[in-house]
Formats: sequence, structure tokens, C-alpha cells
Amino acid sequence: MGTTIKNREAELNTFRGRILFSAFAIIIAFVVLAGRMAWLQVLKRDYYHSLAEANRISVVPVVPNRGLILDRNGEVLAANYSAYTLEVTPSRVANLEKALDDLATVVDVQAKDRRRLKRLMEESKNFESLPVKNRLSEEEVARFAVNRYRFPGFEIRARLFRNYPQGEIASHAIGFIGRINVAEVKKLETANLTAMYKGTDHIGKQGIEASYESVLHGVTGSEQVEIDAGGRAIRSLAKSEPTAGNDLTLTIDIKLQRVAEQAFGDRRGALVAIDPTNGEVLALVSKPGFDPSLFIDGIDPQNWDLLNNSPDKPLLNRALQGAYPPGSTLKPFLALAALESGRRTPTQITHDPGYFNFADHRFNDDLVGGHGAVDLHKAIVVSCDTYFFQLASETDIDKTAEFLSRLGFGARSGIDIDGEKEGTLPSRAWKERAFSKSPPEARKWYAGETISTGIGQGANAFTPMQMAHAIATIANDGVSYKPHLIRQITDSTTGQKNIIQPVIDHQLDFKKSNIEIVKEALADVPKAGTSAGAFRNVGYASAGKTGTAQLFSLKGEKYNANRIGEHLRDHAWYIAYAPADKPTIALAVLVENGGKGAAAAAPVVREVLDYFLLKKLSDPKKPAVTLDVPPNSD
Amino acid sequence: MSLRTATDFLFDRITRRLDTPLMVATVVLAAISLTVVFSASGGVTFDRMLGQLRNFMVAFIALWVIANISPQTLMRLAIPVYVVGLCLLVGVALFGDVKNNARRWLNLGFATIQPSEVMKIGVPLLLAWYFHRREEGLSVKDYALAGLFLMLPVGLIVRQPDLGTAILVFASGFFVIFFAGLSWKVIISALIGVSAAMPFLFERLHGYQKNRILTLFDPMQDPQGAGYHIIQSTIALGSGGILGKGWLSGSQAQLDFIPERSTDFILAVFGEEFGLIGNLLLMTLYLIIIGRGLMISMNASTTFSRLLASSITLTFFTYAFVNIGMVSGILPVVGVPLPLMSYGGTSILSMCVGFGVLMSISTHKQLVST
Repeated sequence: MGTTIKNREAELNTFRGRILFSAFAIIIAFVVLAGRMAWLQVLKRDYYHSLAEANRISVVPVVPNRGLILDRNGEVLAANYSAYTLEVTPSRVANLEKALDDLATVVDVQAKDRRRLKRLMEESKNFESLPVKNRLSEEEVARFAVNRYRFPGFEIRARLFRNYPQGEIASHAIGFIGRINVAEVKKLETANLTAMYKGTDHIGKQGIEASYESVLHGVTGSEQVEIDAGGRAIRSLAKSEPTAGNDLTLTIDIKLQRVAEQAFGDRRGALVAIDPTNGEVLALVSKPGFDPSLFIDGIDPQNWDLLNNSPDKPLLNRALQGAYPPGSTLKPFLALAALESGRRTPTQITHDPGYFNFADHRFNDDLVGGHGAVDLHKAIVVSCDTYFFQLASETDIDKTAEFLSRLGFGARSGIDIDGEKEGTLPSRAWKERAFSKSPPEARKWYAGETISTGIGQGANAFTPMQMAHAIATIANDGVSYKPHLIRQITDSTTGQKNIIQPVIDHQLDFKKSNIEIVKEALADVPKAGTSAGAFRNVGYASAGKTGTAQLFSLKGEKYNANRIGEHLRDHAWYIAYAPADKPTIALAVLVENGGKGAAAAAPVVREVLDYFLLKKLSDPKKPAVTLDVPPNSD
Repeated sequence: MSLRTATDFLFDRITRRLDTPLMVATVVLAAISLTVVFSASGGVTFDRMLGQLRNFMVAFIALWVIANISPQTLMRLAIPVYVVGLCLLVGVALFGDVKNNARRWLNLGFATIQPSEVMKIGVPLLLAWYFHRREEGLSVKDYALAGLFLMLPVGLIVRQPDLGTAILVFASGFFVIFFAGLSWKVIISALIGVSAAMPFLFERLHGYQKNRILTLFDPMQDPQGAGYHIIQSTIALGSGGILGKGWLSGSQAQLDFIPERSTDFILAVFGEEFGLIGNLLLMTLYLIIIGRGLMISMNASTTFSRLLASSITLTFFTYAFVNIGMVSGILPVVGVPLPLMSYGGTSILSMCVGFGVLMSISTHKQLVST
């Protein structure tokens, strides 16, 4: 009994001791917790407060409206419209394929939308929001909104889209915007523009859209919004408005451009029309064109293959990037060179028996039997090859190259869109450079080469832009303006119109009388010369020169267009200006594999000039014009 | 009998088994809980707050019923509760439903239950009963047997796996053994042994369990994953400052940055909106409850009552400490609710059952035969 009581006493004492111990430990534990809270809530309060604010407040970019692109008369070439787009952040979707399958029951998602999304995903980072389908109908928006809970990671956004209402017309000049790719992100980084492009998905890729990107883009604004943990905006706290991009008024007259493009019909080719008095580009055609809107949100692979692998190369801007042998269109410039150098006088006669013998080679003239006695005027009007063979044989190729380079041949014109090619202006130095890896005899310039370059063949290759620029310089009596596509920049905030002043790129000190001699000859070409057929019953005086560029050496055989492949046929050229006495337009037309310049290219110019000078439109239903002309008409 | 005496009688009938300090502290906590749950559920709808009110109602009824059962009767329930609980745990191991990679739930056809919850009261009840029976003199064998009673359910719960509950069940049983007088030598050598085995035990943990412990030391190594909870809750607490941002005005809470904001992480909401002052008030209330629990234990008349009351009190403390430590970023994230604050019927019910036992012990004083 006694031990039990003692045991109980001892046990009770132990128990009380342990309770006291526990109480002590608990107090220490609570002191630790209270200390921790004081540390967080008093000493580190500012630090955590700033973290909480950073959590809560998100600065979102407010994307500026992109500037409009208008033609010289105010017709819209590129505009914006807002529409709903369904976007997805792929990183937030576990099974994208399945989600898209489900989505197809709510919104019309087509196979091409999926292909495009796949392509965009390969090019982008995972946390970016990518478009699944653009331009949702009101009904689709409503249907998605109801089913939204089923599609985490998908969201509907109202966005501004670029619209090119002219479709294919002037597509190479206007260019297009497209989604910013990895290379462009790097470029923006080096240009310190990353902040400016926050929120912007698109950037100019080609044409005006690319070269005037900085003018069109505008200044990105920002908005402070309160967001929740899911990143959804709850309310706006502060906002700085963006500055819209500036509007561009082009020098292009879209109606003229349309007439020009229609005149080509289905044929490939290019046209450049310039106002010779100021360098404004009135039309810049490259056929075939393409629909720029295909590129805006990433072209789907099928359309891309179609455009990129087409033998017609619709994406190539032939006006600036296609270099073609000029053929006889080079003759007026060579004639001017001969007058300027004193190698020829206007009255000096060359006899044309229908061929020209040089060393042991015979160069044939187009006209069997020849043109007889030919002076400089006639040589241009009837496009006499023998005259120019003879002239070339007496001239040094380097002197010719030096003269032609002053007219802009073999150099970029400096037009304000990218991708322009230099072409080829043959000279000894050029051949040395071009064949630097070949044996010495291949690098040497041979006298025989000078003869064929004398009629615009041989190594000569120029862009339609260079031809138009050169003929514009002649039309403007040697005063050359830099070709440009922008006429006016309208400030989006002040409305101030900033008119682009024409820039004289070179003033050539040609003798006025020499220019006049060449111009008189050019004025007779459509009247009585090679393009007379195309300019029958014309209501104005124009000046021009045909050209046919051979792609295929016939070795003395007679050329027969029907007997050789379409892609080996001659290129047709026509360069012109009008009115002949006081030119307001100068142009160069090239019809690829079109055959004779007089038959294929001159009628295009006729239609363009009829519209430009007389506002006369040809019957749109009528097929593109080609004339039957005698074979000696070049 | 006048009406007045009738109401007096009824009031007495209702309150006579209730312990005033404990009850007042509990009701104040319940009121705070409803306020914070409303805020934590967005501050617009009352659904969740009313749900929590219902949880408290049910729990208070259970509290009252148990407070009216005498400790002697409770002692008789020890074996049945423990055995049933153990059987259910075995049932879970054999037929349990798997949710989130853990086998914790048992589908009884009419209800799905988590038997480990039963053991939170079953284990201390059994151990207190056992030591009460052996009060004439405890031998090493008694402690060994008690250890076996404890480790059997704990082992089953660890295997589910549910480390958080296993630790709490272990704690509740360990406290009984501790208060029964387990020698310090054994306790200290066990502690040394466990510390030595730490690296080995750590390797045995599941991947997510290891991550929770690792992120405690460096939450930024995985800020969107395992570290997210700790980062966001410490931001919430810290940004609350001394006075807090005000009820319904915590940006971390209202903008959904705090995960599980109305359950395990409700303290982050409370601390953000009511600041250090609120936290200290909350801890004071917890200290009042714990202090009162220890007093009841001290004054309890039988070994069973003493051990049970002290174990319940210390377990309550463990809950509070582990949750506050976890939310404030000094303990790893384990699924332990903040007692009487977190939204959830099970947790509030088990707390109130414990308080019912405490009140029963404090109001059923009996003379000890000498």
C-alpha cells in the first residue's frame, strides 16, 4: 500500500515536472513564431511589400495603331481593322492536339489553321500567345465564351489586323507585315527597340512596310493593371497612351498601277513609271503578284510552297531584283555617249548591208539586206544593229561603262525599299572581278565582246528600275532625281503633313544639243519607227525605244518563237516618256519571255500612257495586247 | 416551477459540463475563422463562410456530447475505438481508394472516410487507458508495449503515404508516453539515434516530400513549383506589416496569389489583412487554450485523465506550431491545418472532440480513493 502511494506521488511529481517542461517549451516555441512574424512583418515589411506590389501590378504594353499606307490620291493601300482572334499559349495546354480537336466542335478550326499553328510553334517560344484562328465571327466568340472553362490556355483577344484592300495590286511595293521572328527579335535587341516592340506581334517584312517600319510602327504606350495570380487583368491603375504610327502617302498612283498590272495580263514582267521631274515612282509593277495578307499571321505551308516554288517566282520583285539584258533599249544611251565623246556626229553615215563583219565573225542585223545608209537618228528609230556594231568596234568598253555608270547603270538607284540589285555593267574591271577564280584567259576582255555589248547584249544586265531611271534622266535633260516611293508622311498626333522633297542624285553636264538629237530620234520611234504599230492613232506625242533581249544564241539560224521553249524566248522591253516635249512620266516595261519588244512591251506602255495622259481605260475584258509586227521591227 | 427556474435549469443543464475559458477562446476563434474564411473565399459570396459555420455547429454539438460523457465511460471506449481504427487502417491498406498517388481513403459504401483521422484520438485514448491500467508501477516492458501500440497505426499511415498525419498521430501517442514518465535517458538517446539516422531516413522519403524539405532551405530554386507556396505566403505575411492591409484588402489573398488560402494557408490571408497585431492576438488565443488545457491536466484526478488531457493539449499545440511554422516559412510544407481557423469539417471536428474530452475531464471531478 505504502509503495503504491509513494509510486503515485512520484508519478504525479514526474507528471507535473513534465507539464512545466512542456509549458516552458511551448512558450519558447511561441516566442520563436512571434519573432519570425516580427521579422517578416516589421523588419522585412518593405521588402515583402514591394514583392506583393510586383505580384499585383503588371505593366502591360499598349500597342500603337500602325500607320496607314495611302496612294498619292489618298486611296487606302494598307489599313487596320479590329477583330477577335482566338489565341493559345501552348505551354499552358497539356495536350494541344486533343484540345484542338475539342475546340473544333466550338469554333471552326481548319486543317490549315493547325498547320500554321504548328509552324508558328516551331518558330516561337512556348509562353507566347499564338493565334489559332483569326477573324472570329460574333457567333463563334459567343460559343467560345460559354465553353471557355473547357479550354484552359485558350483566350479570345480583340486585336488590330492589317488589311491590304488592293490584294495583289502593288503587292511588291507595299510589301507586308508578318509575325516577328527570332532573327528580328535579335535585330530589335541590338537596335535597343525591345521595349518599343513589347506587345507588338508583327513587323514589316518587305516593301514599304519593312523600309518604313520605324515610321509606321508608332510609340508603344503602357498601362499599369492589377492582375490576379492567373495573370488576368482585374482593373486598370494608370495608363500612358500610345502614339499611333504615322501615315504614309506613296508616290504611287494606284489606278495607274492597276491599269499597268492589267495590261500585263497573265504574263510575267515588270514596269517602273517615274515622274522625271522629281523622281516620284508612279507605278512599280512586278508580275505575277501575290496576296500580301497571306503572310500576316504566318503563311500556311501549302500556300508558301505554292508561292515559293512556283516557276513564275511571284515573290521576286522583278522591277528591282530582276536583271535582264537591255537589248536595243540601251542604244539611245550608247548614241548619246557617241555624240558626247565626239565619236559620231548626227549626220555621219554608216552603211548597213544586213551584217557586220568583225575579225572572222559575222554579226547579223535583224533586217535581211540591211537598212542601207543609216545616220544616228535613223539608227535609233529603226533600231539598226549594224550601226551600233560599227560604233562599238570603234569604242573602248571602259569608256562606255564609265559613261553608262553616270546614268545609273550597274548601280542601285537608291529607291527607298530593300532588295534592289545592281545589275551588270560590263567593263574590263568587271570581268576581272567576276571571273577572279577562273584562268587568266577567261578574265581577259575580248574585242568581240565589245561588239555584242554594243547592242545591249553580252554581259549587260539591268533592272527595269535602272532602265526607267536612265530614260527619266534623258527625259529631264540630264537632271536625275533619286527614285522614291514616299510622297508625304502625316504625323498621327499633330496631323502635320511632312512632304518629302525630291533629291537630285546627279546633274549630268551633257550638251543640250546632244540630248535633243537623241530625244528627237526617240520621239520618232512611236511615230515612224519600231513601235509605230503600238502607237497608231495615239492622242499625244510620246518618245520611246523598243528592245528585245536574246536569251538563246541561234548561231545564225532564224529566230522562231514557236520552235523554242517558252522560258528561252526573248524578253521584250520598251522604255518611254511622255509627253515628248515636256515629259511628266518616264517608264520602262519588261515582259519576260514576251518575244519582241514592239509586240509585247510597247502595247503595255501604250495602255499606261493612254490612262495617264488621257484617263482612257482599255476594255478590261479585252485580253492583254500583243501586236503582230514584222521581224525587223526591233 | 417558474419559467425563470426552468430557464436556469436548462442553462445549467447545457453549460455545466462546459469549461468557460476554453469555450470562450474557442468561440472567439470560430468568429475570427468565419471572418477570414469569408475574405479568403473572395469576399463576395457567403457560401464558404456558411459552410464553415455549419462545420463549427456540428463540431460544437460533438463537443457538448463528449463533454457530457464521463472520463470513465471514455476510458471504456478506448479499446473499441483503437481496434476499429486499426481495422480500418488495414482495410485502407488492402482496399483503399487511391487519390493523388496516396491510398488514404476507405469507401464504406455510404461514406468515404479517412481512418487515420480516427487514430488521432484513438491512439492517445488507448495509451492513456493502458498506462492507467499499469499505474501500479511501470516497467520497460510496458513502454515497449505502448511503443508497439503507437507504431502499429503510425507505420500503416506512413505507408499510405501520409507523412503529415503520421507525424501528428505519432506526436499524440508520444505525448502520452512522455507524460507517463518515459525516462529522459531514453528520450535523449532516441533523439540522438533519429538524428544519426536522418540522412538515411531522408533517402527513404518520397520525391515530393524531399522537395518540400529542400525548398524550405531555398524556396527560390523552384519558385513556380514546390517553392511557390512558401514564397507567396511569406510575401503575404511580410507585406501585411504591423497593422495589416485591412479585411478584404490583402492583394495576395484577394488576387489569388496564396494557394489553398482558405484551408492550410489561411494564416497567410489573416496575417496579410490583420498584420502582426492579428497574428499576436491569434497566438495569444492559442496560448490561452493550451494554458487552460495544461491546467486541466494538472488538476485531473486520474492517470487516464491526466495523460489524455495533456496529450490532447500538446497535440493541439503541435498543430498550431507546425501550421504557423509552415506558413511563415520555417518548417516544411506538410498538410496540417491551422486549428479552429482553416476551412474544413474534419479538422474542426477533431479539435472540438478533443476539447470535449478536456471539458469532460475538467467538469467530472471525482475523489480519488486513498
